[in-house]
Order: sequence, then C-alpha cells, then structure tokens
Amino acid sequence: MEKVLTRNIRDDRQPPDLKAYVKAGGYQGLRRALEELAPQEVQKMVEDAQLRGRGGAGFNAGKKWSFVPMGPDAPRPKYLVCNADEMEPGSFKDRLLLEGDPHLLVEGMAIAAYAIQASHAWLFLRWAYKLCEQRVRHAVAEAYAAGYLGRNILGSGYDLDLHVHISAGRYMCGEETGLLNALEGRRATPRSKPPYPQVSGLWGKPTVVNNVETLCNVGPIVTHGSQWFLDLAPDSQDGGTKLYGVSGRVRRPGLWELPMGTTLREVLFEHAGGMLDGHAFRGAIPGGASTEFMLPEHLDVRLDFDGPPQVGSRLGTGTIIVLDDQRCPVAMLANMEKFFAQESCGWCTPCRDGLPWAHKLLVAIEEGRGRAGDLERLESMCRLLGPGRTFCALAPGAVEPLQSGLKYFRRDFERHITEGRCPWRTS
Amino acid sequence: MARIWIDGHEHEVDPDRNLLEVCLELGYDLPYFCWHPALGSVGACRQCAVKQFKDENDDEGRIVMACMTAAADGTRISITDPEAHEFRRSIIEFLMVNHPHDCPVCDEGGECHLQDMTVMTGHDYRAFRFDKRTHRNQDLGPFIEHEMNRCIACYRCVRFYDDYAGGKDLRALGAHDHVYFGRQADGVLESEFSGNLVEVCPTGVFTDKTFKRHYSRKWDLRTAPSVCAHCSLGCNTLVNERYGELRRIRTRYNGAVNGYFLCDRGRFGYDFANSERRIRHTQLPQGPDAQARAVSAQEAADRAGRLLRDADERILGIGSPRASLESNLALRCLVGPARFHAGVEAAQAQLDRAVLDVLRHGPARSCSLGEVGRCDAVLILGEDATQTAPLLALALRQAARRQPTAAARQLGIPGWHEHALREAVQNATGPIYLASPAATRLDEIARKVVRAAPEDIARLGFAVAQALDPAAPAVPELAPQAGALAAEIAEALATAEHPLVVAGTSLGSEAVIRAAAQAARAAAARREGRPAELFLTLPACNSLGLAMLGGGDLDEALARVEKGDVDTVLVLEADLHRQAGPAKAEQLLAGAAHVIVLDHLATDTAARAELLLPCAPFAEGSGTWVNNEGRAQRWFRAFVPDGDVQDGWRWLRDAARAAGRKGHPAGWENLDDALAALGRELPELAPAAQAAPSAGFLQVGQRLPRATHRYSGRTAMEADRTVHEPKPPQDADAPLTFSMEGAQGPPPPPALAHDFWAPGWNSVQAFNRFQEEIAGPLRGGDPGIRLIEPAAGSRTDWFTPPPRAFARRQASWRLVPLYHIHGSEELSSLAPGVASLAPAPYLALGPGDAASLQVADGDEVEIELGGRKLQLPVRLRPDLPAGVAGLPSGLPGLYCPADPGWTEIAKP
Repeated sequence: MEKVLTRNIRDDRQPPDLKAYVKAGGYQGLRRALEELAPQEVQKMVEDAQLRGRGGAGFNAGKKWSFVPMGPDAPRPKYLVCNADEMEPGSFKDRLLLEGDPHLLVEGMAIAAYAIQASHAWLFLRWAYKLCEQRVRHAVAEAYAAGYLGRNILGSGYDLDLHVHISAGRYMCGEETGLLNALEGRRATPRSKPPYPQVSGLWGKPTVVNNVETLCNVGPIVTHGSQWFLDLAPDSQDGGTKLYGVSGRVRRPGLWELPMGTTLREVLFEHAGGMLDGHAFRGAIPGGASTEFMLPEHLDVRLDFDGPPQVGSRLGTGTIIVLDDQRCPVAMLANMEKFFAQESCGWCTPCRDGLPWAHKLLVAIEEGRGRAGDLERLESMCRLLGPGRTFCALAPGAVEPLQSGLKYFRRDFERHITEGRCPWRTS
Repeated sequence: MARIWIDGHEHEVDPDRNLLEVCLELGYDLPYFCWHPALGSVGACRQCAVKQFKDENDDEGRIVMACMTAAADGTRISITDPEAHEFRRSIIEFLMVNHPHDCPVCDEGGECHLQDMTVMTGHDYRAFRFDKRTHRNQDLGPFIEHEMNRCIACYRCVRFYDDYAGGKDLRALGAHDHVYFGRQADGVLESEFSGNLVEVCPTGVFTDKTFKRHYSRKWDLRTAPSVCAHCSLGCNTLVNERYGELRRIRTRYNGAVNGYFLCDRGRFGYDFANSERRIRHTQLPQGPDAQARAVSAQEAADRAGRLLRDADERILGIGSPRASLESNLALRCLVGPARFHAGVEAAQAQLDRAVLDVLRHGPARSCSLGEVGRCDAVLILGEDATQTAPLLALALRQAARRQPTAAARQLGIPGWHEHALREAVQNATGPIYLASPAATRLDEIARKVVRAAPEDIARLGFAVAQALDPAAPAVPELAPQAGALAAEIAEALATAEHPLVVAGTSLGSEAVIRAAAQAARAAAARREGRPAELFLTLPACNSLGLAMLGGGDLDEALARVEKGDVDTVLVLEADLHRQAGPAKAEQLLAGAAHVIVLDHLATDTAARAELLLPCAPFAEGSGTWVNNEGRAQRWFRAFVPDGDVQDGWRWLRDAARAAGRKGHPAGWENLDDALAALGRELPELAPAAQAAPSAGFLQVGQRLPRATHRYSGRTAMEADRTVHEPKPPQDADAPLTFSMEGAQGPPPPPALAHDFWAPGWNSVQAFNRFQEEIAGPLRGGDPGIRLIEPAAGSRTDWFTPPPRAFARRQASWRLVPLYHIHGSEELSSLAPGVASLAPAPYLALGPGDAASLQVADGDEVEIELGGRKLQLPVRLRPDLPAGVAGLPSGLPGLYCPADPGWTEIAKP
C-alpha cells in the first residue's frame, strides 16, 4: 500500500529536515498549486478527492473551503487555521504527524491557505505537545528561510504568514469555534452557527479550520491528483488513507496508516496483534472517547465515515479504544464522563450541570452505591444531552459512549446495583 | 410580515425578530433566562426550547431554542409539545442540581425570575442526591451583595456589565460547573451602572446591598411611580416604602427615557431621605424666638402668614431646580413674578436660559434619551456624561455600535444574534467624536478624542457648523488640525442616518451650548430636512422647568437685598451656600430681616432661617419635573410622611391663607389645582397637567392601590402606639390609594403604572407584558409629555461670534469643573454608600503644569475662588491641557461656581 501520511516517518520519529523533505518529493504540491492552479481549482481538486475531515466530523474539506467568499470584493484578511489541539481521549494520531513529518503539515497548510486566499495561517497546538512544538517551529523557520512561507512564495506573488500558537490547555479549544475564541484571547466557549466561520470566523473574518491529518493529505493530493487519492481506498467511497490507532489490552498498541475503509477486525487482529493473553475482546470505541461501542459482531464493519453509522457508531478520529473482558465497563465510562464533565466549558445548562451528575451517578454505581432508577436517569440524560439540545457537540459526544454502554452492557450495570459492588473488583 | 404557526395557531409576525420575542409578545408563556430585551439572544441557557416542524406533515420535529430561531415565514413550532415541555422542565432540574434551598432567606424571593420559571416548567421534585458545588462570595462594594451559590450561569451579568455598559472588572471566571462571576479580587465594582445587576440577574446572586440593610419582602412594600431626583435626565423609577421608610429604588421602564436601566447614583442615592439631616418638624433656628424645639404646623403657618403680611411687597422668593413645578409656581404666585428668583447663580441661570432658548427656537429638535441609543453619529461637546448624566453615557455606548452593527448585518446575521454581531463588529466603533477638558470613560468608544479648554471645544463646534453650512460664521484663526477634524465630523454628521450633537451646562460655558446648537442646526440644513438632533443636559432634575418659570437669579436677588428693598426672603428647597457659595449666601441671608426656609434637609441655609418648614422629598410628595428633553413627568408619593412634612406648595398655600390672601396658591386643594394654575399662568407649561391622569381618575370605578393584595401587618403596625385601627390616609393628589384596595384588573395608564405584574411573572421580566413590542413603548404610550417643540424656521440668525481660542496665561490657570457621579450631586451625597465613593476635594493639574509649579501629587496648593483663598491637595491628571486646572464640582464644603474662571496657584 502506498503511504501518504507516514512515508517520511521513521521508527525513531526523527523528522526529515527541509532538505530531506524536498528530496523525498516535498513541496511539489505547493509548487504545482502556485504555478499551475487557480485557488478554486485547488478547492475542486481536494473536493473531488473525497478528503473528509479527519478531526472527526467527516465533512468534505474541499467543499468546506468552497464556502469562503472569494474574489476582489471578499472581506479581508482571510485566515486558515490548523486545529492541532488533539485532546480527545484515546487520540494520538496528530501527534505522530506533528513529531514525525512537520513539513508535510506546513505544506498542506500553505496550499489550503492559497486555495482560500488566506493571508495568515495559524497552527493552534495543544499545550502538552512540547516536542511537537519544538519540531514544528523548526520546520516553519526552515520553510520561511527557503521561501516556502512569507512574501512572494516561490515567486508566485502569493504572501502567507504562518504563526504557531500554543493553546492554554482546555479540550474546548479543540472545538472549531471554541478554538477561534481562544485564538482571539477570549474564553474558549463555542459560537452558534450560523454564521459559519467561513463567513465570520477569526476576528469576524472568513476563516477555515481543518484538522492536522486532513491538511497533511493536501500536498499529496495536489501533487498526484484526485483520482490517485480515491484509488488509495478501493473499499470505500471516501478517498485516501487513514491513520488508525489502537489502545487497550492488545498485543501491539500503536498507529497504522491503512486504506480508508479497512475493517475493525483487520486493524485490531492483524496490525495490533489481537488481544493479550487471558483477555477477550468485548467491544471497542472506534473514534476517541466520544463515539459509540462496536461489538464483536461488528468486527467486519469498514472503518470509513459511512461504515460505523450503520451499526450506530461513528468513525470520529479513528483512534480505537478497546474494552476487554477483564475491565469493568462502568469504571471505563465513569472515567470518560469525568473527563467530559471537567472539560465542559460551562456555557450551556445541560452539559455544565448534567455531565457532573452523570459522572457522580457512575461513580456511585461503580462503588456499589447505585440505586434503582439510576440507570433510567442516565438513559434520560443521554436523551436530554443529545444533538441540538446543547449549544455544541461536547455533551452529545460525551453521552455517545454512555448511551451505547448502557445498551450493550446493561447487565453489568444492573449487577453493580443489585450486588452493591463492582463485580470486577476482587477486594 | 411572516406567517408562523404556534401550536396550530396562525400569527403574522415580524421576520426580523426571534421566536422567543414573538411568543412573549403574543402572550405565550415561554420560559427563558439568558435572553434579555436589551442584550439580545445568545442561546446559552437552553430554557426556551420549543419543537420545530418542517411542515404540516412532519410530526416528529426537532428541539430548537426559540431565542436563536428567526420568526421566518412558514415557521411551525409547538410550545406544548410533550418532549419540549419535558426538556424545559429538565433544564430547571439541571439548574436546581446546584442551586441552594435559599428561597426563605434570599432577598430575591417574591420577585425572582428563577422561581417564576421553575413554577412555569412544573419541576418540583429533587432527584439529585449528591453534594452541591459552592463558592466563596466577594465584597463588591457598598451597593451590590454577592451570593454566588445561587448562580445559574446565565451569563447575563457579564453581558450587561462588560458588553452593554463597558465595564472591565466583572468577569466570567473558571469553567464547567464551577463558573464564577466576580472580580479578580474583592473590591468596589467600578462601573457606574453596577446597580442594574440586581435586576439583570434572574436570581439572588446580585442583590441591592442598601436594601438589605432595611429589607422587606416585595409584597409588603408600597410602591409608587416616581422620577429620579439626581440629574436632569429624569429616569423613571419605582419607589418602595414600608413602616414609613423609603426602602429602595427600582427601574420603572420608560421606552422614551431610561428603558430598562438606572445609574448607581439614581438607584442608591435615595438614603438621603432617611438620613439624620432630614427635617421632619418645623423649627425656629434663628431670630427672636430661636429654639431648636419643634413648633406645631398650625403655629408655623400662622408665623409664616404674619411674616408675609408684614413684608407685603418687600419680599423676595427663591425657587429651586430640585423643587417641583407646583412648589416653584406656588412661590412665584405668592411673591409675584417680579420678585421670584431661581435659586441658581447668574452664570448658571444664563446657561439654563441658553438651553431653553436653543430648544424653543430650534431648528434642531431635542431628542429623547431613548432615541439617543438609536443615533449613529455623535458629536459630544464638553459633557462628561458618565458623571453628569450617566444614562446618557450608557445610551451613547449603544449609539457607537450602530454603524458597525449595520455593516455586520450585511453578512446575513440577524439583529438579535448578539454574539455573532459582536464578533463581526470586533472593536469597530461608529463616528463618535468627543471633546472635553479631561479624560472620560467614553473616550474608549470615540473615534477621535480632543482634550481642550471650553473655549476651544466651542470653537470646534462652530467649526463643524461652518463645515456643514458655509453660511455659518467661520471660526477665526482656526488651527488646520482642528479644521480637518471639523470637516471629518461634519461629513459624519451629514451622512449618518441619525446624527446627534450632545452638550450641556456642566463646563459653565454658554459658548459650548451655542456651538452645539449651531452644529445641529447646520447639520439639519445640510441634510435638507432629514433629522439632526440635539441633546443638552442641565444640572438638576427640574433645571429646565425652573427656567421655564422665568424670574431672576441669585445674583439679582442679592443685589436687591443689598439695595435694601427686601425685608423677608423665602427660600424653597435650595441650599444657597451650595448654589452661590458661602460668601454670597451669608450676605444675602444676613441682608434680610426675616428668612423663611422650606426644605427637607438641614443645610447651612436652613440653619439661618427664622422659620424652617419641613418639605417632602420625592418619595413623600407628589409633583412634576421637566427633564432636559423638555419632558414633563409626574412623580407620586409612596407614603404619607411622619411629622409635619408636606409638599412645599402646601406650606406656601397654608402661609398664604394664614396671611389672608385670596389668589394663588391660597385656593389650591390638590395637585390638579396647582397644575391648572400653572397652565393659566404659563401656557407653555399647560400640557404638564396631562403628564398623568388627574386625582379624579378611576379605573373600573376604583383608584389604584399602592400596596399589593398580599400586604401584611396593616392592623398590627401601629399597635405600639395605639390599638385603634388607623384610618387609611387619602391621597388628594393622585388616583392612588395607600392601601391594597383598588382596581386589580386591566393595566392602568402608563403614568400611573407601578405594579408591573402578570400571572406567573413576579419579577422585572413582567415589563414584557406591558409593552406593545418588547423593548418598545409601554402600552398606552411612554409616560411624560414633551413641552417644547422647536418652531419651524423661526431662527434666521447664526450665533456669533465664536469665542477666541484658549490662551494660556503666565501666572494663572483656567479652572474647569470636574464632575463626579458620586459626590457632585447634592442629595445623593448624603446616602452612605454614595458618600463612601465620593472623592475628597482636590485640584487637578497636568504633569507639566505641576512640574512648573514644583508640586507633586498630594502636595497642598492655594487657589482663590469667589474672593476667598482655598487650600487643596493636588491630583495629577495627565490628560488636562496645559494651563487648565480641574476643580471638582459640587462636593460638600467646596463651592465650585458654574464657571470658576481663572485663579493663581501658589504654594501655601
């Protein structure tokens, strides 16, 4: 399989410097875009390649770019933002790309910025990713020095300034509009859409926010073409490859670049080596914490954007958290809901006041203090915190694993309550 | 118009509104928290959820927030949908997770929006069994009590305080279920509008700390419609009383004046009425029978009558800009128009007359305070509105957003989508131009700011006029910079939708007032009849009304006394020491053989009286004031005061009768008689009688009750004095009762409305039910009646000449008055909270001037004022122009004339 995202990434993760990156074919995409393609042609190319947002939403990236007003009368300046605030529990794919091949991202950002005629780009980076920061800053400096960023890039007349901004640290900064507010120096609470960032984004100007992995695909697409990208995923309508991650009690936790639409079975049992001795596969959350469980009967589902929804789940970030039979699902969910409750920004009522209640109930159940009616209360909360009820997608995401866990592992929950203890605890 | 369906009922609505506004206007009970009529929608609380259907065939629908959904044509929603109802109930349940069981001990109880919404959604059972989150509270100063445990995180407080009112020190802090609204550290809230938090907060997080000292439940309070006494804007208020004590002031909505808000001086300055300086019984401080003991009201009237008879024509009356039209008229009738003087010094009287002249002759019209917020280009000449007329500053902040917001609307963002509009607008500000001697809070909303002495401020105004209309006189020797700025301002005023020029009397410069009028007039001429408006402020609540009564001034009064023409001086509600300085006041009072003073406070002037008669302040009396716009507004007493306190005009009437007089005011029985006399004596003021219904008005055959039907303690209240049930007093002046008996049904005429309540709406949110359109006029029209409309085409001459440029002097400094919201106004300074925030006397100097005088911040210097030497500490103000020194206006014990003129500055 041809590698797109990880072709330059070494086992020791030492990234290629600019010279090595260019030697391996880097910045050809940027050159082609600037020299041969009009901005809207780049947009069309990426749209045709079916590059769907790798941050989890799965919206066609090129289509997203097409909503930006173009032409001489468009509001200016326009901005491109890369969302590198990877904080979804279980997700570590963007970190690999940032540490292992930062120029791939820089090139992708430059092309995307050109496609929407942005004059400034920001990399909004998670505070904890210190090594990423070091390497990205170095790559950006190299790019400026070589004329891939700054004034009159490659003699094209196009100017772009790329800034690295380190987040102050909350999960909410990874939400598109929360990120924009944080970048403006304000509280990281989300914005209501419409208006969409393409119309009124950073400082009220047209802005596109894309995920790291999404942008890393842009250079190769422009270099090799839309059809090439589609051909990388013969078993899917989506184009390109995907970084699939696995964590949990498998033999080989890690990250693999595979064609979009690889099955859950292949990722878990071929690449991750299956379960550790003495542990059986009970279920997996395919896309970081805010997605629904997939069960053993779903192992042959193809992991693209259309597969998991057919069994009530979501691809999300494609970094899979595995639940084995030696782990208590209630404890797992309590841990996740603690994260979400803590990371609520506090703007809207159901998320702010509902998630801590859900967490407290799960802890009570896990510690043997659950009561009759608690499960119904949790189920009701999953409905009340659903999409459209809350201001943004944090709470609906938070209740995705909870709702499916209550459905699939109901018996385990009930045992906690009727037995007054966690069946997995030996003492 | 758009057609929408709500629970199957078809309605025609304005598509620019959101569904929440529309539902409330149509009378539906849809609960909400974070939306506010003045603050727009943000969609945070999720309380206003309704079910929206795609079309008539869609029976599943989806939950949407009414406040964030446009009332677009074809919209179908259901409020009663069970899922929506359940969801709204769950929002209250979530809020109650952490909300403490404070109702019995919470000040908000009985007028709490959270209580109302809880009842409205039907949530009544606690299933949450875990611990609540708690917070530590902060001391936020003398006005606002802080109880954060009650917070439901609706974010209204910071949206009002920061976004709407421009405050900086109250913030949303923290995150998740630990969000905290407070300051970075304990301390006095800096915004002049912090008091509105008590009404903007839907629960008891922010409550009135001054009210807490003499708290009473809402249903136990008597209420009356009133008007603020503390500046010339005339914001409408509601006054509350219990046990004969004024307890608190709340906003009375008036779409044409103050809207939903009040300033802190107006809200918290009322405690002067409860101060120990109140006079409640007649006293004889001076003269042959000098004694501190009280004298009976009858004897007081007899004494006054004797003095009047003895004085005959050798009498002089001094009225007051803080006394009612009726009381001032009574005095004028009693002494005769030729012997009636306004209780302000000549310089101030001239300024007040200039304002009146400008308003009468136009052509620019004085707009209402409510209209200021809708203006989109403003020239502010001299006034530091935040200190002199604070609600004007609040309105100007909204005016600054008009043009940038209109531009943002081009992106397709609806007018109610508050955060999206603010995001698109960023820091952009409209064409607001501000010229003043010292820095003001409004500097931050101005496109350009000019620091200048009053002469140069006036010159700028005249230059703008000339740039707008070449026929207007040019300003000689105008600096090119000023000329360019004038041209820029002129262009902004010419091309705006609603241009406005703002000025006032506070700098003591008539030239500034004339310049403002000239600029507004030139703008109107250039715009060929499209509106250009003027807003002029004056010092006191009835400055304009007093000016309209005509008469002399204090300097003329002093001249007459010195000439020997006067035996008896009658002073009505004026502190001459404060108005004209101690020297002139002593001279005037000493020059008369007899001095009669009517006032509610013990002042230096009152202490000189032979006969001191206790007048009623606004909460204990009824009357009419004319605000700066020329709007006559009636205020009614909340209760009958103790002792011998009565309206000023009633004392004058009693004195007239005791003196055997037959004409006005001897025949007056009530306010209506006074107003009828007013109309006959001064036809221009005749419409004031229509400012409110007369005392004979009946609603469904009844008067209107001041007390609620839950008012308690009526028969036990007097039990410590007498066991006999007191006969309820009658109010001769108003169709209002002091009891709970009266009409309960349909809303009364707006000028009498004081019980803003609707079933299920016990809090200030009930204003929604009394407006035709939310944030629009009250049903039946906003109270108050405009008295002055400029006569079209009546002015043909331009004001000439513009003054000479300000020129520094070698050895003296131009003094300008500096106003302070807390401290400069006479009455509010006696409220303890306000007094605690008032500055001590000082002299402000720019650093350059201070350096040349070799004085540092805090050093004492000596100046000369009104013929006397004064020692004051220096305060450095980096913004003052060289050659200009600032003197705080109106501080107790420091007389600051309207125009303080020039002074030498020496080290003592």
